[in-house]
Amino acid sequence: MSSDSKHKPRIGVFKFASCDGCQLSLLDAEDELLAVAGAVDIAYFPEVSRAMGKGPYDIGLVEGSITTHADAQRIQEVRRQSKILITIGACATAGGIQALRNWKDVDEFMRIVYATPQFISTLKLSSPIAEHVPVDFELRGCPINKHQLLELIAAMLAGRKPSIPSYSVCIECKRKENVCITVARGIPCLGPVTQAGCGALCPSYDRGCYGCYGPMETPNTASITSQFRILGQDDSQVARAFRGFNAWAWQFRKASEECERT
Amino acid sequence: MSGRATKTIRVETLARVEGEGSLYIKLIGERVADVKLKIYEPPRFFEAFLRDRHFSEAPDITARICGICPVAYQMSAVHAIERALGVQISPAVRLLRRLFYCGEWIESHTLHIYMLHAPDFLGYADAIAMATDHRAIVEKALRLKKTGNRIVQLLGGREIHPISAAVGGFYKVPTKQQLHDLFEDLKWALEASLETVHWTAGLKFPKFEQDYEFVALRHPDEYPFNEGRLVSNRGLDIDTAEYEDHFVESQVKHSNALHSVVRGRGSYLVGPLARFNLNFDKLPEIAREAATDAGLRPPINNVFRSIGVRAVELVFACNEALRLIREYEPPAAPRVDVRNRMGVGQAITEAPRGILYHRYALDDNGMILTAKIVPPTSQNQKRIEDDLREYAAQLVAWPVEEATLKCEQAIRSYDPCISCATHFLKLVVDERG
Repeated sequence: MSSDSKHKPRIGVFKFASCDGCQLSLLDAEDELLAVAGAVDIAYFPEVSRAMGKGPYDIGLVEGSITTHADAQRIQEVRRQSKILITIGACATAGGIQALRNWKDVDEFMRIVYATPQFISTLKLSSPIAEHVPVDFELRGCPINKHQLLELIAAMLAGRKPSIPSYSVCIECKRKENVCITVARGIPCLGPVTQAGCGALCPSYDRGCYGCYGPMETPNTASITSQFRILGQDDSQVARAFRGFNAWAWQFRKASEECERT
Repeated sequence: MSGRATKTIRVETLARVEGEGSLYIKLIGERVADVKLKIYEPPRFFEAFLRDRHFSEAPDITARICGICPVAYQMSAVHAIERALGVQISPAVRLLRRLFYCGEWIESHTLHIYMLHAPDFLGYADAIAMATDHRAIVEKALRLKKTGNRIVQLLGGREIHPISAAVGGFYKVPTKQQLHDLFEDLKWALEASLETVHWTAGLKFPKFEQDYEFVALRHPDEYPFNEGRLVSNRGLDIDTAEYEDHFVESQVKHSNALHSVVRGRGSYLVGPLARFNLNFDKLPEIAREAATDAGLRPPINNVFRSIGVRAVELVFACNEALRLIREYEPPAAPRVDVRNRMGVGQAITEAPRGILYHRYALDDNGMILTAKIVPPTSQNQKRIEDDLREYAAQLVAWPVEEATLKCEQAIRSYDPCISCATHFLKLVVDERG
């Protein structure tokens, strides 16, 4: 993108099945965008530029899930070309909302998975990037938090550990001094099992968290399931709560399947 | 002259558009032999996921179709479902929804004008390269975009996939003071928008007039966002619930999106040009004057000039946001009570790129039986190909590289949102399963 890009770290932004929202987060960093563009060479970012610089890249940012055979091959090439590969958002880290298809015609899907090679099943499934290639860091969120993205890029380039918490949304509510909407008002909330990062947005807007940052490090989904039932939710409602934008993340997947079994 | 020479214009990955598409044009001598705007973005089957979900989830789920215009998806979803349920929203909620849309139009139009489209006119690969020579312009664009995002963030919680929009209203509404805090920024944004109209008037536009059928909402009292009848310059004037009687979609081999046409006529154009041409009289005086000074009077039949029309809509959106903030009185409750009920409801709202149609059928538990979504880009797709067929014929003598760039510029004039358009195939696939 710029002429003095020789010594700057090169970044590539790659899209798979997604809504474009996570890569747009970079453009939504209005105050920082020109500074970022000064510090790094945004070499490949088709949503922003016609100049599509070839790899290798110091950092590859990957948005979207794998849903086609062609994309399953393309991610291999993106991995080869990227020294550090970071997935951004729920599609890339957990298969996204489009992973809801993964439960359609489950019997047939099981047969296909066990009888045929992995790449054929990807035609049937929406799968996260890490099921295809090694991933260096997974940034959560639907969409991601732009401040976390900037922190992550800075940390990766400096070779330090990024400061991105893996605790739950509950901690963010406490820090904001929100009154707990479940305790005070009986509103079902996935906050206790969902990773922080949004700033406890939904509880701050008087609604329950719907889990768009995916499962926290060690989520107690059994406890939240019984809590939802106490609040009057039936099994199909609890299953749907887990079956959102991170439905295919294994902890949420297991929790929703257990609800269906009971 | 080598009258039979074959030339190919090919763009494998269209840049500065939302989503994944490619372009293929084949010229034989002076004749345009083939035009394909290919949408290879994989389908994500939204209408299939929506089945067996409760209607209250639809605004959150459909937002994920598009990261650039999530507000549009939320607005079409809530209005369609409210129609199915027979819900009347409060005047304050109606006002806030208009303001919400102002925010998205400001954010999305600024992004498109300065960062996606302007580099074509000024000869840069992107806005960041443009910033090395025109830093003040890019800085202004970023501040303007941020002003739009601040509105969406306040009303919706965050810019992308906002969380506050609900069937019946919002989960939480702002205080008067919170809206008032946006006032100074918006006053600046209004000035910056006027400068934007002036600035776009100085750009060079290819000569390319076409005979379009423009389709947009039209409301008796206001420039349209969420309400109105659907009208066109060729006599269409229908209730939005009749949309599917007048528009049909057909599948084409080369695209993962369906092509939409007006029944019995053909391609049509939605978006800023259509809204401007059909609703010029509903623009506030400040926007009409700015347009007239910039030489923009309806009908504008040159799609390259949409950049100027978007700028006029920026003036409108900033001015409207200021007006709404002045008028706002918080409602007694953030949303009205909504009961489960069987019903079918349709709605059309004006996304930044044009009309967005939603239809939902609900059962008596409020669960979605079927959903249909027709995004603006799938409606414009056939029109884009028709334009390229005409336009490429003018470019036969040009070097391929320059002709390619011009064709890309023509496509970008529509501000295509390819991720949205793709979500169509699901209907076809879903019926099989």
